[in-house]
Amino acid sequence: MSAPLAPAAPLPTHRTCPLDPPPEYQRLREEQPVAPLAFPDGTVGWLLTRHEDVRAVLADDRFSSARENASSPVRRNLFRPEDRPGMLLNMDPPEHTRYRGMLTRYFTVRRMRALAPRIERIVADHLDAMEAAGPPTDLVPAFARPIPSLVICELLGVPYADREKFQRWTATMLRLDVSEDEAWRAREALRTYMRDLVADKREHPDDALLSTLIRAQDPDPALTDQELTGMGRLLLIAGHETTANMLALGTYALLSHPDQLRSLREHPEGVGRAVEELLRYLTIVQFGTVRVAREDVQIHGVRIRAGQTVVASLPAANRDPGQFTEPDRLDLTREPSQHVSFGHGIHQCLGQQLARVEMQIAFPALLRRFPTLRLAVPPEQVPMRDDMFVYGVHALPLSWDR
Amino acid sequence: MKIRIDHDRCRGAGQCTLTAPELFDQSDDDGTVVLLNEQPPPELQARARLAASLCPNSVIHIADTSDP
Repeated sequence: MSAPLAPAAPLPTHRTCPLDPPPEYQRLREEQPVAPLAFPDGTVGWLLTRHEDVRAVLADDRFSSARENASSPVRRNLFRPEDRPGMLLNMDPPEHTRYRGMLTRYFTVRRMRALAPRIERIVADHLDAMEAAGPPTDLVPAFARPIPSLVICELLGVPYADREKFQRWTATMLRLDVSEDEAWRAREALRTYMRDLVADKREHPDDALLSTLIRAQDPDPALTDQELTGMGRLLLIAGHETTANMLALGTYALLSHPDQLRSLREHPEGVGRAVEELLRYLTIVQFGTVRVAREDVQIHGVRIRAGQTVVASLPAANRDPGQFTEPDRLDLTREPSQHVSFGHGIHQCLGQQLARVEMQIAFPALLRRFPTLRLAVPPEQVPMRDDMFVYGVHALPLSWDR
Repeated sequence: MKIRIDHDRCRGAGQCTLTAPELFDQSDDDGTVVLLNEQPPPELQARARLAASLCPNSVIHIADTSDP
């Protein structure tokens, strides 16, 4: 079947329900799984919305992760050559292989589980503070943001006292409506901060990861300060921003599904599955991830030309009824499945095991501490992060009985 | 059932260790997969298949053998 191609349209971004992806994805998945996509920079590429296609492209080395010639589906490409060193997310093998190989050992299941006692302490401290201050409280600054920030700071050796600075720079970088100049200044500020921190670690090493990477002997040649700065930036941003949004948006989703909330309270041992389902259902990397075709590639009879950008829609893939039964239903007991919330292929999230441990500790602890936890405002007044690369809530006002 | 590992493709995401820790571990040296048991007993075979299906780099290959 070769229906005439529809004209290229921009990425669907209009949600009709705060917890569901834009409904347009459903039509595309059914009728146009390889849809022509109009990018803000004026180029035309492709949008993939089916689970099998998204997964296949992310594992296909005919598609590159390099950002130099990629288009962004939601704003102009702000990538500059200075952004490149150490930024392994935007690299292909063999360069990517080298960096990832250096880092993977520090993010294994075993190492991340070993952090559990410390994470439990951090979670308990923040719950104590919330309880002492009393309701109402905004979960974002009280719980969702500080916990992953503190954990990644300790892991990397970044002073937690500097959190307001790096959280502000990150928030600017991840805004959709940011001007090129503003985004650049925020990136420069974070880069300068990290470069100074790397220099400081060379003088005053500690036991945390940045110092460990400086000391590492096996990479040949040793990592340059530029590379360490890039890696440090990536790990810091990825480490605090994503989990923070999952914690706040996940809590909002649970409070919006009282039956599911109750089941998690009654069966906290099921938190592993619950976290995977929240990852799938919420898919906070809301605009998907981009690749550039290195050569002409056919998908479902559509020819993608070398050099074109392809957007693999993670939220559309995670709601594909071809892969998930009743995909639009939040079911915390769902069988383990191939959700793509951490991506797929060689770039699948390096920090996923840390994110899992953090969420598996934080959600049950929050529910245990406040058995009467509820929204302090009507649900429609919760400000959603439609305007940010990473979805979530800007604030989550909560209350409980004292 | 027999499990075979295409080790060069592994990037250490850890999905296998998370899914079937009786069968897969991650090396402390580089985080990549260590196969603990290439012939899983029947009760672990479903999880071996799940681990193979979750692996982001198709590292785990499963061959059905005729043994019970």
